[in-house]
Amino acid sequence: MNLPAKLKYTNEHEWIKIDPEVSTDDQTVAIIGITDFAQQELGELVYVEVETVGEQLAKDEVFGTVEAVKTTSDLFMPVAGKVIAFNPELNEAEGDNPGMVNEEPYASGWIIKIALDNPADLEGLLSAEDYQAVIS
Amino acid sequence: MHVTALTSRHKALGAKMTPFAGFQMPLVYSTVSEEHQAVRNACGIFDVSHMGEFIIKGREALELVQLISSNDAATLDIGEAQYSCLPNHHGGIVDDLLIYRLDEDQCAEGEQSFMLVVNASNIEKDLQWLETHNRFDTRIINISDKTGLLAVQGPKAAEVLQPYIEMDLKDISYYTFRKTSVEGCDNVLLSATGYTGAGGFELYATSESIVKIWDALLDGQRADITPCGLGARDTLRLEMGYCLYGNDIDNETSPLEAGLGWITKLKKPVFHGREIFLKQKEEGVVKNLVGFVVKDRRVPRKGYRIMNGEDIDIGTVTSGTFSPTLEKPIGMGYVKRGYNKTGQEILISTGRKSLQATIVKTPFLK
Repeated sequence: MNLPAKLKYTNEHEWIKIDPEVSTDDQTVAIIGITDFAQQELGELVYVEVETVGEQLAKDEVFGTVEAVKTTSDLFMPVAGKVIAFNPELNEAEGDNPGMVNEEPYASGWIIKIALDNPADLEGLLSAEDYQAVIS
Repeated sequence: MHVTALTSRHKALGAKMTPFAGFQMPLVYSTVSEEHQAVRNACGIFDVSHMGEFIIKGREALELVQLISSNDAATLDIGEAQYSCLPNHHGGIVDDLLIYRLDEDQCAEGEQSFMLVVNASNIEKDLQWLETHNRFDTRIINISDKTGLLAVQGPKAAEVLQPYIEMDLKDISYYTFRKTSVEGCDNVLLSATGYTGAGGFELYATSESIVKIWDALLDGQRADITPCGLGARDTLRLEMGYCLYGNDIDNETSPLEAGLGWITKLKKPVFHGREIFLKQKEEGVVKNLVGFVVKDRRVPRKGYRIMNGEDIDIGTVTSGTFSPTLEKPIGMGYVKRGYNKTGQEILISTGRKSLQATIVKTPFLK
């Protein structure tokens, strides 16, 4: 099971990391996706729906939905923030390639970017080691 | 948790295992869509040894089968099979099943013998149901535990199986079967049936034989046979609009509501539920099972509500998936009388949003 040590994780099987490239002094941007464990459990994704771009959401609020062949699963905000981007690779109107989440859950298969309300919120999330304990 | 004789083989192939009807079963080996396409285009092999098998044997075997089954087993010659259901006393379905009329080699003079193949989840319930109604000179023998079942399905199934079998597979027409020897295993019941709509065969044999046959078929570098799990079994059956017990049919649904009028032979004078079905046929049923295609890429799931254009609740989704062949979400569900017309626009409520869908004729795959 692939669990990069640099990421933060949630009990809902999501990962989050700061995106230093687009973060500025005024705004910290984080990237969110689902874990390798989550994509394996879900199986092939057929659709990723995110209709919350531009919305300010609280921690644990639903920001989207993933459809696998066998099941539908909601996606939850790991921390509070404003959704600023949905991965165009997954978007039906653009890349239309939800399978990217299965192939590269921590890279090209990222799901959204958010502007964090408070970058310190990340400290309350799970480390790779903590998350390993959740799934084993 | 029960296992099948092939559990270690599935694990060695890297299958994702899942509990199903009390059995540890392979859900998927590679991906559902790869396995699905293998069956549609070439050949897939499924371990479905969890299915239950009963032998009904005796001087009045036919009488028992006729009483409990909606289809007419009197039309079966030796070597023929039929799809049927076991109606309950209030017009619902105890189970759906295949009925095989077996040869009479092992029978005493005047006896007949049938094999009933039932859903794994219903083995105990069915057995009890049969025993309760067996007031006949006949025996019911549960051979589920010692009987394995492989489904070899797809347009290339005959080509893949033929090298292991002496008889010409072309001689086995749809819904007929033979006892034959496969890979040195005697007494394999080879049946031209399946749950995929892709053609092919089902092989019933002892657990020991099933392992030998599995190993032979998957041995070597055979690129033309793909092990397939329950995930693909579900997408394949749903593309054909085949009912799944527990989803599309159950104790409360009538075969006439489920579109199974063709296996409900009202001309047969006596069988469970007949009077109720006669009345339903005369007055019309209150709901109908329909197939629908969803316009958005959201997959309909069991339990989602079905609404008409005016947002009035007209029914429930019973099965749904993403069809790998059509590359669209498809589903089945019951809608109130009058709403089952082909082309009717409906809405599927996920709880959070409404999906546009259109009622279509099944099978989804033409």
